[in-house]
Amino acid sequence: MRRSFVLVVAIAMLATVPLVVPGQSGGETLIRNATVLTASRGTLENTDILIRDGKISRIGRNLTAGSGARVIDATGKFVTPGILDAHSHLMMNAINEGSLSVTSMTRIRDVLNPTDHGIYRALAGGVTGALLLHGSANAIGGQSSSVKFKYGKPVEDFVIAGAPEGIKFAMGENPKRSSQTFTGGQTPRYPRTRMGTLEVMRDAFERARDYRQSWADYRAKKTRVPPRRDIELEPIVEILEGRRIVHAHGYRSDEHLNLLQMAEEFGFKVGTLQHGLEAYKFAPEIAKHGAGVSIFVDSWSYKLEAYDSIPYNAYILWKNGVNVSINSDSNERIRRLNLDAAKVMKYGGVPEQDALKMITLNPAIQMGIGNRTGSIDQGKDADIVIWSEHPFSPYAHAEMTMIEGDVYFDRTQDRARQAELRQEREALEKLEVNRAPGSGGTQPRIPTERVEDDLGEHHGEVDGGHR
Amino acid sequence: MKRSLLIGQVVTMKFLALMFAVVATVAVNAQSDGAQQNRIGRAGTFAITNARIVPVSGPVIENGTIVISAGKITAVGAGVSVPSGAERIDGKGLSVYPGMIDAGTALGLAEVTQGANATMDMIETGSMNANAKAITAVNPHTSHVNVTRVNGITAVMSAPRGGLISGQGAVINLNGATQGEMSVVPEFGLVINFPRISTFGGFGGGGFGGGGQQIDFNEAIRRRDTQIDELKKIFRDAENYVRAREAYSKDNSLPYRAVDLRMDAMTPYIRGERPVMLTVERERDIRAAVNFVKEMRLKGIIVGGQEAHLVANELKANDVAVIYTNIYSLPVRPDDPYDFLFAVPAELQRAGVRFAISTGDTGAEVRDLPYHAGLAGAYGLSREEALKSVTLYPAQILGVADRMGSLEVGKMANVVVTDGDLLDPRTNIKHMFIGGRMIPLTSRHTDLFDSFKDRK
Repeated sequence: MRRSFVLVVAIAMLATVPLVVPGQSGGETLIRNATVLTASRGTLENTDILIRDGKISRIGRNLTAGSGARVIDATGKFVTPGILDAHSHLMMNAINEGSLSVTSMTRIRDVLNPTDHGIYRALAGGVTGALLLHGSANAIGGQSSSVKFKYGKPVEDFVIAGAPEGIKFAMGENPKRSSQTFTGGQTPRYPRTRMGTLEVMRDAFERARDYRQSWADYRAKKTRVPPRRDIELEPIVEILEGRRIVHAHGYRSDEHLNLLQMAEEFGFKVGTLQHGLEAYKFAPEIAKHGAGVSIFVDSWSYKLEAYDSIPYNAYILWKNGVNVSINSDSNERIRRLNLDAAKVMKYGGVPEQDALKMITLNPAIQMGIGNRTGSIDQGKDADIVIWSEHPFSPYAHAEMTMIEGDVYFDRTQDRARQAELRQEREALEKLEVNRAPGSGGTQPRIPTERVEDDLGEHHGEVDGGHR
Repeated sequence: MKRSLLIGQVVTMKFLALMFAVVATVAVNAQSDGAQQNRIGRAGTFAITNARIVPVSGPVIENGTIVISAGKITAVGAGVSVPSGAERIDGKGLSVYPGMIDAGTALGLAEVTQGANATMDMIETGSMNANAKAITAVNPHTSHVNVTRVNGITAVMSAPRGGLISGQGAVINLNGATQGEMSVVPEFGLVINFPRISTFGGFGGGGFGGGGQQIDFNEAIRRRDTQIDELKKIFRDAENYVRAREAYSKDNSLPYRAVDLRMDAMTPYIRGERPVMLTVERERDIRAAVNFVKEMRLKGIIVGGQEAHLVANELKANDVAVIYTNIYSLPVRPDDPYDFLFAVPAELQRAGVRFAISTGDTGAEVRDLPYHAGLAGAYGLSREEALKSVTLYPAQILGVADRMGSLEVGKMANVVVTDGDLLDPRTNIKHMFIGGRMIPLTSRHTDLFDSFKDRK
């Protein structure tokens, strides 16, 4: 027992110790002589950025810092704002509460795992934060969480204080559970069609409206007994009152348009259409409604409702003035969103800065935090990536990723730590308790092998999907 | 023509009508792709002049000319004269590359991978399907062909998956109205999902659906060994089968051995005339796969190869090449270096192991092949090697380097003309040729784009 405990602890330590000690800079940082892609005001050559107390304090040439400042020579390097992913399931110990068609009472905030090593891999791809969304098993899903990837810090520090609340909606194949088969005795959950999905939403809005009225009546002293608090309907009332952003998963243009129309009928605006692989078919209507769209740049054909997806989606939406973000929805893909953004320059010809915005400022706006992050501007959070070359070059890699001025990924440090980890692993493997299986003695407990893959494929089968 | 008229009607429909017509749109467009695929491009004599030519097999030629005639490359160089009657393409500011080759796909066997089983022809039932041949099921009219080739990929190896012996892969050009027209090597290699040590119980990898309860490591090794024994038995049975058939053909008094299609299909593989492609990822399993190839005296290729660099010496010593499919994969162990799967190609190159980079994709995402190679370039592989890993190297591993993979006189004219680095996601393909035919740069995606881009 004891032996296996030692091994498990050792493996757990290997797995969770961040490769970079977070929060080490504290005061001032000066990035010198970089090519800065601001994502708001074009590209600035030979430019310095002064970071003070986690904020971008000054941007210009020949800036000076205090004597204790950390100075980074970024000559020949490129600087961008930290990448934000407006559709991720990183850190989440659960994705779908699939039992009901309305699970608005559930909160992603309650299932966040700050030690998910996927966070570090995302940081190494220049990603500094994400919108963590409930899965798409239900017409109305759970409450989302906006986080910055402060790996190594307690979970409270990840959650972006003051970021607007959000909620997941879903339409199409996933909420109608089209891939689920039912054996004897099992009852299919309502809805099973796109018709039913829309009615589930309508019913929830009607109930929320009544619920809000019952509180209004009580407060106006029209009734004496206070209504029973309803944690399913409270978030939906917040939607109706414009205090909670709807992030609506869907593929086909018709169903997303129906949702926009229903929202207009109930007097609120949909925040983002998630996936929206056919959004290009009704871009003018989306622009008129004022919704954002968060898409895969070019995924298609992985299921029937993704068959009409085209890589020109971003361009057509952009041309119509829609706020577009490019998301990953995948712990793998999140590591290369810079290359996904680059693709929209080819497919239709989105200008470079607008392409960059699709992974920085635009998702920030969709998450309701565009005033504090998403671009290199004075006064904004110092969420910054330093790249080895232009981030749209296939040969670029992130060299350093900062959140609020603190370094969370540093390739140089990582390489040093990789060597240490290798030695540590070799030493552990030589220990008596970890000797090769079959060589006699007590069989140590074998740690679970996790096979990582695109979440979309796994959860699509297992728990109702999210992609 | 009729088809495009139908699309036009869909476009002009008001949106409400579109709501009811989406299913019809899918059908119509799928058909329109068929029409496009039948447009197999224009044959002729073409000369691309004043271009930057990247032959891959030799140094870059600035301001060069390449001539394509009768399906082949007939001249490449700086001082090449343009034959009379040739169609001239001004290559000023453009670069010319050999078409890319993805050696690890199932393209054409899997249209819609989830929720549309009727479009899936990738996995035959049963565990031993040596006689299942991709060339008989690759759909020449799949929308994946056009979508893939307009990104500069001119040929792929497409193979079945699943079971223990999945079937035979084919090398195909991404052009042609029939399987025959596409075919380059119809029966290239035999796919074997090499048994692996899996503490998840089932073979074929762990993860969800991997076969239930976790088992102890010794048990996992025992099961793996049993499966390898079963595999060896199949190969020995096939040897005996061939021997019995041959003996009977020489001496009719011997017992007759009836035809067994599965065994029959094994013939060139047991003889080492054609390669077996062993899908395998982990160090310990790759080692076992190399031993298997050695012991059975086969021609082997590793497909997958996450930890191939840790077995570099054995791979090199036994001339086993690697079709590496893990650029877009996550490292399995939490404490694996974040970038190690990006860096494996560089390690293989350094160690002198023959390798190619592949998407490993079933079809729709094969067009990302250049970015897989680019990422390997970001993590240690030189740019020249990154380019070779999706052109000349796959051609060599697929045994077609005499016909494709570089720009050389006499090779099949699979040629791509770009406005930038072939591996850069910002680069546009300006012209392309497959088998010397000038390919229209259209696809299901450009069709839908044209249909909706100007909708007000």
